[in-house]
This record gives sequence, structure tokens and C-alpha cells, in this order.
Amino acid sequence: MIHDFGIVWSERALLLSGLANTTILSALSAVAALLLGCILTPALMSKQRLVSWVARVFVDGMRCVPFLLFAYIVYYGFPSFGVRLDNWTSGLAALTIYNAAYMAEILRGAWAAQPREPIEAGVAFGFPELRLFRRIILPPLLLSAGPVLGNQMIQIIKDSAFLTIIALPELTHAASSIQSRHYVPFAAFITAVFLYWGLCLVIEAGVNSIGRVAEARR
Amino acid sequence: MSAGDIAAIFGGAVVTVSLSLVGILIGLPIGLGLALIRWANVPFVARIVVLYVSVLRATPLVTLLLLLFFALPNIGVPINPISAAILALVMNTSAFNCEVWRSALMGFPKDQYEAAQSVGMRAGQRFRRIVLPQIVRVSLPGLVNEMSLLIKVTPVLAVVGVVDITRAAVRIGSETYEPLPPFLVAIALYAPIVFALVSLQRWIERRQLAVEAAA
Repeated sequence: MIHDFGIVWSERALLLSGLANTTILSALSAVAALLLGCILTPALMSKQRLVSWVARVFVDGMRCVPFLLFAYIVYYGFPSFGVRLDNWTSGLAALTIYNAAYMAEILRGAWAAQPREPIEAGVAFGFPELRLFRRIILPPLLLSAGPVLGNQMIQIIKDSAFLTIIALPELTHAASSIQSRHYVPFAAFITAVFLYWGLCLVIEAGVNSIGRVAEARR
Repeated sequence: MSAGDIAAIFGGAVVTVSLSLVGILIGLPIGLGLALIRWANVPFVARIVVLYVSVLRATPLVTLLLLLFFALPNIGVPINPISAAILALVMNTSAFNCEVWRSALMGFPKDQYEAAQSVGMRAGQRFRRIVLPQIVRVSLPGLVNEMSLLIKVTPVLAVVGVVDITRAAVRIGSETYEPLPPFLVAIALYAPIVFALVSLQRWIERRQLAVEAAA
């Protein structure tokens, strides 16, 4: 068993590049999904029926579809529409679009729970709509939604592991190739599990410090 | 895509649903057991449960499944795809269920427990008659939410060769060179199942709010 971990150690370069890819992939799509979510949320809350209906159908639709199937469709299905993406682009696109729906729903929930007064004060001061959203509504929204957004980040990391099926060289893919090369399944995958755990602990620590900032501002 | 292909995807749906059900039915009581161990603060064991839940919640199901499927035979435990799938689902969902149950237990009013003690109920009775009915009600929306999450991760089981909706769809796609139609059929099967669970969760929440408002 110790010998097996020795083999994994000798392949650490592969494992670390997998970890780096998982981190990059998750971070990029988390940021992109959050930005998209910030655009989608006002659409969800829109008073125009059509806009809010379209946004609602998209968000609810995404929440009913398994991520892996969605990733398959982006990678294998989109070429039918003439859109051919390589595995990095389609992985990133799938992660981003899918999680944007969840981000939007989280932000909507937090928005609905916000106190009305600052927003009304902003309106009274004559803030134009976009600046009202950017300066008055969004900052407290992000702070109060912090913990849930953190959970969604962890979800993104876990979803990114599914992208191993489209041969994206992330952490699980790296562990798989080490196991198939040397036949050390336990050592390879348990190492991957603990690396994922480490990533999630880092995010939890980050969320806690954001929570302290939010607490200090209150 | 022929009628036989669609039937194959429906066959996959039976596998997906039954594996999910088995996972849920085994995972629920295990999650409750883990939560009770933490609630009762059983020395040493409670710490292991904390570690188990923390690690399992951070582990992607694919990685867990590959670990079980390849590593268990390596240490002399023979395992087939179906049992590896069930084991992975149960380990995954029990960790999440544990958190749902635990937060219900944390919110359980202590005075009721003490009242049950003072009328001389034994530990088993107290749990069955006083604690369980109330925490079930509080946990229900969270547990249903976890069920819909569980169904959404089942496509992963196809990776080790379980012929579920996703694997059937992938196979048909590669035979016909037209991957989109079978995937759309697959979505048409997953979406109503998940949507039904999400609606059930909203309905339970609304009903509980209404009951609280009436009380």
C-alpha cells in the first residue's frame, strides 16, 4: 500500500496539473456564472412578463437537467447545430451556463429577502436603473448570499469532475490515468478525494472570512 | 432513431429510477443514524462522523464511484457495477442527509425532550414518539431537495457501465451518429422526475407555512 502511494507521488506532476486544471476551470466558470447570474437575476425579477418568463423557463429548465447530460449535449450534441467546440471550451461553457441558472436563483432569493429602504432611498436620489442595481442592490446582495454562493462554488468543483467524460484533463481524469497506467486504484483515487476535500475547505474558509466582512459592515 | 432505441432509453429510465430509490431508501436511515451519533456526541465515533461527512460532501460522485469500483476488487472485495453504484449513491446521499437531519435535531426544542423524560418515557420511546415525528416534518423539504440532487448525479453511474438513461442514450447516439435526438429523449425523461420532486418540495414548504400561519 505504501508502495502504491509512492507510485502516485512519482506521478505528482500529472496529479498537480489535474488539480490546477480543476481549480482554473472551476474558478473561471464560477466567476462567469456569477456574472451571468447577475444579469439573469434582474430578468427574473423583471416586471415585463415576457422577460421574466423566459428567464424563469431557462432557470427552472437547467435546474431539472442533470449536469452530465448537459455537458454531453454541449460536447456531442452542439455539432449537430454546426457548433463544434473543443473539450476545454465546451466544458467551460457547460459549467458556466448550467451554474449561471443556479447563481441567478440564489441571488433572486437573497434579493427578495433584502430590506426595501435602501433601494427606495436610491430611487429617491434619482439613481438610474443600472447604477441602482450596481451600487445599491448588488453589494449587500453578494454579502448576504455569500454562504450559499460558496456552496454553489463547491458544487461547481464537483461538477467539473464530470467533465472527465469528455476527456478534459482535470483532477479525476489525472487520477484515472495514473490508475490505468500503474494499476494503483486506491492510492490514486483516495489522493484525488483528499485534494477535492482540500479545495472545498479552502472555499469554506473563504466564505467564512466574507461572512466576517459582512458582519463587520452591519 | 427507432422505436426500439426509445424503448432502450425507457429501459434505462427503469434502472435510473430503481437505483435512485434504493439509494434514497438506504441513505435516509443511515443519514439519520449519523446525525444521531453527532447529536448524542458519542465519544470518538462522533468525530469520525464529522470527518466522513466533510470528506464525502466534498467528493464528486464520479471520483467516489471510480474509487469504489476499481479499489475494492484490488483489496479483495469483488464488486459489480450495480453494487458499486448503489454503494456510491448511499455514501454520497447519507452524508448530505446527515446534515439535513442534524440541523432539524439542533432546532428541536429541548424542553419537550425533558418533558418526555419527566413523564418516564424510555430513550427509545422518547425518540420514536416525541423526537422523530417532529424532525421528520422539519427535515422533509431538505430531504426531498437532496433526492432531486441525487437523481441529477445518477448519470455518472454510466461511467462504470450501469446501463441507465444516459448510457443508453450515449450508445444510441454513437450507433446512429446522431447524438442529439437520444439526448433530448433522455432530458425528456429526467426533467419531469426532477421537476416533480422540486414541485413536491415547494408544495411541502407552502403547506407547512400555511399550517404555521393557521396555528
